[in-house]
This record gives sequence, C-alpha cells and structure tokens, in this order.
Amino acid sequence: MKQNDVFFHPRGETLYVDDLDAFPGLLHAAVLTSPVAHGRIVKLEVDRAGTAPGVAGIFTAAEIPGQNQVGGIIMDEPLLADGEVHYAGQPVACVVADTPWQARQALAAVRLEVEALPPVLDPRQAAARGLLIAPPRTFAIGDVEAAWPSCAHVLEGRVDSGGQEHLYLETQAAVAVPGEKDTLRVISATQSPSGVQRVVARVLGMPMNRVAVEVFRLGGAFGGKEDQATPWAALAALAARALRRPVKLVLERREDMRCTGKRHPYSSDFRIGLDGSGRILAYEVTYFQNAGAAADLSTAILERTLFHAGSSYRIPNLRATGISCRTNLPPFTAFRGFGAPQAMFVLEAALFQAAEKMGLDPAELQRRNLLAEDDELPFGQRVKECRARRCFDEAVAAFGLEAARERVHAFNAANPLCKKGLALMPVCFGISFTSTHLNQAGALVHVYTDGSVSVSTGAVEMGQGVNSKILLVAARTLGVAGRRLRLESTCTQRVANTSPTAASTGADLNGKAVELACQEIRRRLLDVAATALSADSVAALDIRQDTVFSNGQKTDLGWEELVRAAYMARVNLSSQAHYATPGIHFDRATEKGEPFAYHVYGTALVEATIDGLRGTAAIDSLRAVHDAGSSLNPLVDRGQAEGGIVQGIGWMTLEELLYSQEGRLLTDTLSTYKVPDIRTAPAEIEVRFLAAAPNPAALFNSKAVGEPPFMYGIGAFFALLAALRALRPEKPLPFAAPLTHEKILTWLTED
Amino acid sequence: MAAKTVFILNDREVRVALPAGTALVDFIRDDQRLTGTHVGCREGDCGACTVLLGTPGAQGLRYRAVASCLFPLADAAGCHVVTIEGLNPDGRSPSGLTPVQQAFVSEGASQCGFCTPGLVVSLTAFLLEDAGLNLDDAVTAIEGNICRCTGYTAIRRAVRRLLHEVGRLPQDPGERLPALIAAGVVPAYFAAIPVRLKELPAAVAGKSVRQPGDAVVMAGGTDLYVQRGPGLAGKELDLMSRREGFAAIWPEAERIFIGAAATVSDLMESRLLAAAFPPLAGFLRQVSATQVRNRATVGGNIVNASPIGDLSVILLALDAAIGLRRDAATRERKLSEFFLGYKKTDLQPGELAAWVSVPLCRDGILFHFEKVARRKRQDIASVNSAIGLEMDGERIAAAHVSAGGVAPVPLYLRAASAFLAGRQVSAETVREFIAVAGSETAPISDVRGAAVYKQALLGRLLFAHFLELFPGKLQAGDLP
Repeated sequence: MKQNDVFFHPRGETLYVDDLDAFPGLLHAAVLTSPVAHGRIVKLEVDRAGTAPGVAGIFTAAEIPGQNQVGGIIMDEPLLADGEVHYAGQPVACVVADTPWQARQALAAVRLEVEALPPVLDPRQAAARGLLIAPPRTFAIGDVEAAWPSCAHVLEGRVDSGGQEHLYLETQAAVAVPGEKDTLRVISATQSPSGVQRVVARVLGMPMNRVAVEVFRLGGAFGGKEDQATPWAALAALAARALRRPVKLVLERREDMRCTGKRHPYSSDFRIGLDGSGRILAYEVTYFQNAGAAADLSTAILERTLFHAGSSYRIPNLRATGISCRTNLPPFTAFRGFGAPQAMFVLEAALFQAAEKMGLDPAELQRRNLLAEDDELPFGQRVKECRARRCFDEAVAAFGLEAARERVHAFNAANPLCKKGLALMPVCFGISFTSTHLNQAGALVHVYTDGSVSVSTGAVEMGQGVNSKILLVAARTLGVAGRRLRLESTCTQRVANTSPTAASTGADLNGKAVELACQEIRRRLLDVAATALSADSVAALDIRQDTVFSNGQKTDLGWEELVRAAYMARVNLSSQAHYATPGIHFDRATEKGEPFAYHVYGTALVEATIDGLRGTAAIDSLRAVHDAGSSLNPLVDRGQAEGGIVQGIGWMTLEELLYSQEGRLLTDTLSTYKVPDIRTAPAEIEVRFLAAAPNPAALFNSKAVGEPPFMYGIGAFFALLAALRALRPEKPLPFAAPLTHEKILTWLTED
Repeated sequence: MAAKTVFILNDREVRVALPAGTALVDFIRDDQRLTGTHVGCREGDCGACTVLLGTPGAQGLRYRAVASCLFPLADAAGCHVVTIEGLNPDGRSPSGLTPVQQAFVSEGASQCGFCTPGLVVSLTAFLLEDAGLNLDDAVTAIEGNICRCTGYTAIRRAVRRLLHEVGRLPQDPGERLPALIAAGVVPAYFAAIPVRLKELPAAVAGKSVRQPGDAVVMAGGTDLYVQRGPGLAGKELDLMSRREGFAAIWPEAERIFIGAAATVSDLMESRLLAAAFPPLAGFLRQVSATQVRNRATVGGNIVNASPIGDLSVILLALDAAIGLRRDAATRERKLSEFFLGYKKTDLQPGELAAWVSVPLCRDGILFHFEKVARRKRQDIASVNSAIGLEMDGERIAAAHVSAGGVAPVPLYLRAASAFLAGRQVSAETVREFIAVAGSETAPISDVRGAAVYKQALLGRLLFAHFLELFPGKLQAGDLP
C-alpha cells in the first residue's frame, strides 16, 4: 500500500494544516487569553489593537452571531469569555492580521482588565465546596459493607496521579475558507470532524450543511484533538465568515500548552479487603477527578474510570464512586486510556500495599485475583473469551519471571547504592465508546470507470495507521490490488455524522463500514460478471487478484473490464454503508449493561533501576504479552503498543505539570515539561502478540490496539517502588505519580 | 534594506534580502515553501526543524545537524543548507527513498510523521560525519529528536537496520561523500557543492554579517532565540561565528585557549582538550543534544550567565579565566569572579567575550562532572557540579569545585574548594567538605525542583565526585 502516509512522511511530503497555503488573501489569527485563573472581566477594549499594523479584525464574545458555546456533553463552555474567566489561558478575544507576528503583536494592544477572584485548583477542595461538573456516580456489585467483617486484611489509603500533556508534535491548527452563498470550508486538525462542524454551525448560527469540515491527517493527537481542536477551528471560522477571507489559526507551542486541556489528575481514596489467601473480597474507591473549568469530556472519562475500577481482577463486592470536580484549570480532556489508567493505578497501589502487608509478592496477589471466563464485572457485563490469565501466565513464562527475580536479588545484594525492582502489570480494557450511540460509522466507496477506487470514511489518520487497515479491508473485500485504492481525506460532506476517531475504535467501526460498502459493490459486480461469463449462478464466482475467478479458475474477465461492463450496464459503482456495533447497551439509571463489544488483555513485566545516590531512575525493560486478536497489520499494532507503553512510562515517572498557586501552568514549554526521549525510553521493549487469539467480535478477527498498551506503563511505577523498598525497607512508600527524580531523592533523604 | 545573504539551499543558490535575524526555519517554510521542515517548539527541544548545515573549513566541507528554529539566516552565508527536500532522491515514486528513509518505512518508525523528516536529517548528518558508525553514537545523533508516537522502539530498529545496510564507510572525508552518494544516502548534486560554495560571490556573502554597533551580538543563538523569539526576526546581527579566530582552540603559555565562538561540539572534537582532560568529551555529552551542541558556544553559555549553565560549571572547576575584548584591548578575569548576580556579569558595555583559557597541570588533574535533571539528556539540570583536583600523591594540592542550580550564578564553591586543599581523601574529609559547600549555597524552588531537593542533591553529587574519582576510598555507608 505505497500510497500510505508512511511512505511520504520520511520525504517530508505529507502536509499538515500549517503547511497548507493555497488560500489567496489568507489572514492569520492569534488569541488573547485570560492571564488569571479566575476573575471578572472589568474592561475589554479592542479599539487600539484594531488600528495596529496589519490587523483586519478583532473578535470578542459580542461578535459571535450564534451561540457562544462549544460544550459537547454539557453546555458550559463559552468560545470566548463573556463577563468571567475560569482558567488562565481561556480565550477572551481573537485578533486577525496579515501575518501571525502582526496578530500576536496586536494582542498586546488589547486592554483586558480582570478583577481576580480566588481560584480553586484542588479537586478535593472543589468537591468540599460542592463545585461539581455533574452529580457523582456510583458503580456497585455485591455488598461491600457486608464483606468487610469477613476480610482477614483491610487496608485503606490515598493515591494520586498527575495530569499529562499530550504533546502532539503538531500544535492545534485550523484554516477556515469562506465560500459562495454563505458557506464555509474548515480544514481542521481534529479527531472529530463532525464535532467541529456542529460547533462551528452553532457558533455562527447557520445550518450544518453549510459547513464542510475536512481533515487530512494529524501530527499526533492522543485524545488531545478530540474535543479540544474545536475552539480554534470555531475561532478561525468566526473570523473567516465575518471578514470573507480565509483565516488560519495555528497555536504556538507555549500557547497550546497553556490553553489546552490534558489528562485528568485524580486524587482517590481506597479501602480494600482480602481473605487470608489473598483473594480480594471487597474494594471501595472514591475518585476525585480534577475536571478543570468546564465539562469537556470529563463525565465520559469518569464513566470509563468507573468501568475500569476493578481493572483485570475479579472483585465480588465493589463500590466505586466518581466525582467530577470543577476547578480553575484548563478543562482536562481525553488522553489515551480515557480515565481507565487512573482507575487501574489506584487498584494496583492498593494491591501493592496489601501484598506488603501480607508478605506476599505483588505478582502472586495479582495472579490470584485475575478475571476468569464469565466473571461478572461491576456493571453487569460478563467477560467472554477472557484472556487475562493466559496473558499473565505467558508473560511469566516467556519473559522468565523467576530468572528476573533472581537477577534483581543478586544485583541488589551486590550493590549498596543502586537497586533494581520489577513489577507485573496486567491490563483488561473494554472496547467501545461507553456512550453507546457513538458506536457507529459510515463509509463511501466509489469505483471509477478506469477501475480505480476511492474510499472515504469518518476515521481520522493521526499516525495510528487506521488508513492502512481500512485500505487493507477494502482491497481484501473487493479482491483488487492496493495500488488501485485511494483513501480520501476525512470530510463531513462525504461521510456525515462521524463519531470522533477515539476510544481505539477507529479501525473497528470504520473498517466494518468499508467492508459493508465494498461487499455491496462486490455483489453488484459479481452479478455483472455472471452475465458476462454466462455463469449459472454467482455462487461459483469470486473476485481475487484483480480478476474474476469461476469455480476457482481464473477467467479472462479482469477488474477493469468488469468495471467497464458494470458501467455500460448502468450498475451503481458507488456504495454508502453504515455500521453499528451490535449487542451493546448500557442503562445509566441502573449503571448496568453490556457497554463493551469485547475486552483487550495483556500483561507486562517491567524492570527498573534506581541510583540511590543521585536519586535517579531508569526503566530498563518492558516486555509484554499482548492480545491483538488476529492483527490486521502487525507492524502498525506493534508500533501502537510500543508508543503507548512509553507514553505510559512517561505519565508514571517523568511528565509533571506544575502550576503556580494562582493557577498558572509553570511547565508550559518543552524545556520545562519533559516527555520521554530516546534515552529515557527503555532500550528493551518487547511486545509479543498472543498467538492463535482470533476475535470474532471485530473486523477480520482483529482487536483494537490504540489505548490498552498505555497502561503497561503503570508497571514502571511499581517496579520503581520495589527498588525503593530495597533501598529503605521500613519507610512508607509514596503512592503519588509521577515518581520523578525529585520525589525519589526527597523520599530517600527525608526522615 | 537588509544586505543579501547568499548560500546554497539544497541544490539551488539563493540570495536573500531578509533581515539577518530571521530564523532559518521561517525562510525555509514561509519564503521557500519547503514544508517538510516542521516547527514543533521553537526552542531547540524537539528536533522537528532539523536541517543539515554544510560549512566550508580547513578540513573541507563539514555537515552538521542544526535546529533551524534557532539559526539566524545570516549565518547561512557561504554555507550549504539542506532540508529534507534536498535529501529526497529524484522522482516522486515511493521507491525514491534514501536508505535512511527506507529504514523508517521498513521498520514502521514513522507514525504521525511530524518528527520524521528531522530524524532523517539527523541520521543523515551522522552518516556524513561520524567515524565509527556504532549504534550508541547513532542514538546520540538523534537524542535531540522527540517522537511522541513510536516510543523510539521502531526508531531503534530502523537505526540498526540502517547501520547494517550501510555497512562500513570510508573514514576519509574525500572518499566518504562519494561513497554516500553511491549508496544513495545523499543525492548526486552534493558532489559539486564544495566547488559551488567557493564560487559564491564572497563579497556579498561576507557583507551580510558585519553590522553597525546597534546590532545584536549573537554567538550560537541557541539561548537568544529562545529568550527573544520572533523579536530577533527584524534585527541585524553581529555574528561571533564570522569573526576570525573566535572559534579556535589553541595552546599558549601552559594554558589552553578556547575561542568564545567554539561550540560544544568543537570542544568534544578537540584533540588538545582530550589530551589534557580525557573525560571531558564524555561529560559534554550531557550538555543538551546534538543539534544544539553543534551551535551552542562557550562564550554564549558564559555570557548568558544561566545559574545552571553546564559549560560555566565545567569551566569553573577547570579554574578558567575569561578574556574580555574591547576593540584591540583584552582584559582577563578569573571566571570565578565574572558572575556577579542573577544574569549579571562583569561584561562591560562594548566588550565581547573573546576566549576562555584553562591552565594545564603537568601531571594532569582529576576532573569529574555530575548532572541530574528530569531527563538524562537534552534537559536543563536541577543541579550540576564539577570538580578539578590537582593531586600531590595522596594529598589534594589544589581543588576547584563548582555547582549550578544552587545560587543565582554558576557558583564557584570557594570555601569548599579551599577546604579541600592540603587534605587527604577520606570519608570524614568528604562529609565535612559537603557541609562546607552546603553553607555557601542557597538554592531556590522553581520548576527544576524544590530548594530542599536541590540542596540534598548537591550533597549527593559532591559525594558522587569522590566516589567516582576515588573508588575504594568511600563506601555507600559513608554518605552523610
């Protein structure tokens, strides 16, 4: 499939939004944002900026013709601040000028005065004051209260995990181009073309059919462009429509880091009870989710946290409560894992402490509690084709857990200052949008009279390789060579009402829709072939290798001739198809249902070293047995797993968001917010796909792959804890991520 | 009207009349519409904008990877600038991939693709310049390239495949380029570049770099562009790199002199420095990453006076002096007396840092450098420290100890250095030494760490100096 992006990326020939320039009269936008985290706008004067060199227009909330509202799930987020500001970095005004530099220079001439109000930054503090995004939700199974008395061991504690900047290398960007008859074309770096379309139409007060949103590719997203690409596209659209000129808005890195949401920080309280043999009898957990200043996707993310409260484990009595807390930070948003990593981290922390108390190896405790076939999850779904134990046991055997343990013991005995530790991390991750209605996708396939094929879907390519999978599905289903296919940009005029490319479902949903569309065309073509070959029935016919086969024998009827014959016979060579995942449902009144089409399983073994003198850490290796079903594209799936793993390690050990007391982000550059580089990423990462593991619930027996591997990285935290334990056997361990160099040395040196 | 800057961009000669301070990446992207060079951070921390810079010199044309977001257009004068488009083999078919590009495709080392051209350029620079072609050096060549998608695993596989496929390359620069052209690593037009550069109108190329007195003095620009950003775009420049002899490293009167415009890479490659201070080049690997080391200068690092500057800290422990020049006159100061306060130095208006010099000790010195940051590479230290010990048998004859991140300036630990003189190394000595050092430092809390952390870390790094320099004399249990 040499038309895939991966052949053009190394030549620098793929175009991102900022590379597009074929827009005569193009103007550039820059955004004035709130300097304070909470306050009342007492003055907003733009006149002086309006006369600055090159300035073509300035837009505030007053200039919005439609609704000043970009909220998705909850309508609580204005596009431009109106009266109040709720986080530092909140857009207040948009300046449009001839060059990006002029636009940014003119921002300084806008007079914005904000009367500062005290900000709330901590989710527990917000909850105490009743500042919630939505009412708390609780998932429960069994009866925890009844279970506590029968537990041999009961532990409780607090666990914290930090936020995480996506650091997609391409910053947020959009171009809006006005067309005739009051229409707009918006090219946006978004995971959610229809989301952008909906909000642009809402903000401008025009019907959605006058707004076309198109996406070519994203330079990384990871969830950060699911909802958060929208405001920038809407601002460009607002200006473009008013000025009747194309407007481009590309955030600079620091603007992007200050203004956009990140992974949610969580602070959680847990109580866990086990029997004498180490079986979990009861688990109670409360998650305080720091949602930031607006809902964004927080409620959906918290819901996935609740779905994954039990992680890979069978827990007969569980009660999990999620509280989405409104604070004065930029609205936190989707990031690979979507709330599940935070849940799994808490339970692993609980198990680690329980193992210490019981004098057991944490891996032994993990193994004793793994999910098994037909176990009921706290929300009523029973696990089917459960591979939790299979992955765990294969990881233990394949990667030599016993030998690794001995290696660690020997190293630790020989080294007084440096210590190693290891940890296992099992993952069980549910696939499907938990909002059931999003589990649908459309596709449009055209076959042209020369035999070339155009494929459109609602999926957005962002490096995850969805396009390569879709092309593979189309080629296989039609029976033609990949070179005949072209995957089009994602455009709301070709495929409407798209769900965001998210929740690891891009290939599952859109691939199925493409399969259906291609099957329809294939059926029609086989009818044409039957006539052309005077065959008795189509049952004996097949299209493979660009040729019609009859009873397994190659015929003279080639693909191009077949297509021409179909056209001459006035047969429809286009097909639109729609796919909706069957069998899934969820009732939010009872918090019970079957929200997931299936689960992805896996287990990682992580080894780490701490330099106890300098307080520095290294993750030496991460090896995982991963359930990819029958992988559609092993190179792509391996890449997804490896990339997710390193992001997970970064979240747990390195990446740290620091805010001032006033709520201003301090780590707003690449020199202060560090993501893994090639020396931080483990030199040894090994991903073994579970063999003979077909998944009838998805496309060609494959499994979704985007998010689950991220959570292997959680094992890095516990491998480091094991090393810390070897350095100071008695001291209570820190259960707060990220476990940075600073935290390690501080723990080692503090009394 | 700005003077014209003349250079070769890929295979074309360009004459540019933009202001000297225009960032090279903006010229490449906005003016030339070569969009394969990407902007990821504008502070040299991501590598997405990496281009090749071919500079003519005594050893012929040398190619290095540089961050084009921190590179002034004027400093391209007389050079060969190569973007990803200039590496692509002719033709647009996907088979038109260089071995570097093909390795990325074969191993799935490109996902979203935004970082990929920068990585390809960095690895191409490595193949053009590196002697040994071992895996670890290849990884060092791409330390400054951040990839958020792959976790670097596929990139490592691609590098391994590439090294395997390229095999050995001639060491002699005159033979290597033809070999790389034959292997398709760089296009054939590279062969004629040395001659074409010589034929560039020198007068025009030279004129662009000397500017009147109000021009911004710039050495590598790696800090100035981060601090002043697009504000430099309209400025004219006085480029240190264009001053005769400012990048030289030479011996004189029992000292080694290092020109202020010598880059970190120049230091790492200097045989003179390697002979005098064998471990130095290894320590310098902890300074930033390749693209920035190829531009960041000794003088810039010192004059910038960052309290955490790696080079300043290293040079303080080498007992360096600095030469400050105004017109023809040069005055000399101890580096330890040069830093006066936060970002305040003894540099007077109209003066330029011309060189630093370090004394040579007949028996050599014991030298060590320690640095801890959030990351091991391409990061600014939380605390760094260096030590230089002149030994007289078992006794320390003289000591110079420095630390960064623990004071408003790169700090010469005067009392701690004095304390060591005349003593023998023992656990007791080291413990007291750390206590003395602690009494002359006062770190502040910032994004690099809390004050209490930095103070603790300093003690650990000072201990580490002795553990590394005198293995066997100290035990883990001797930690204070």
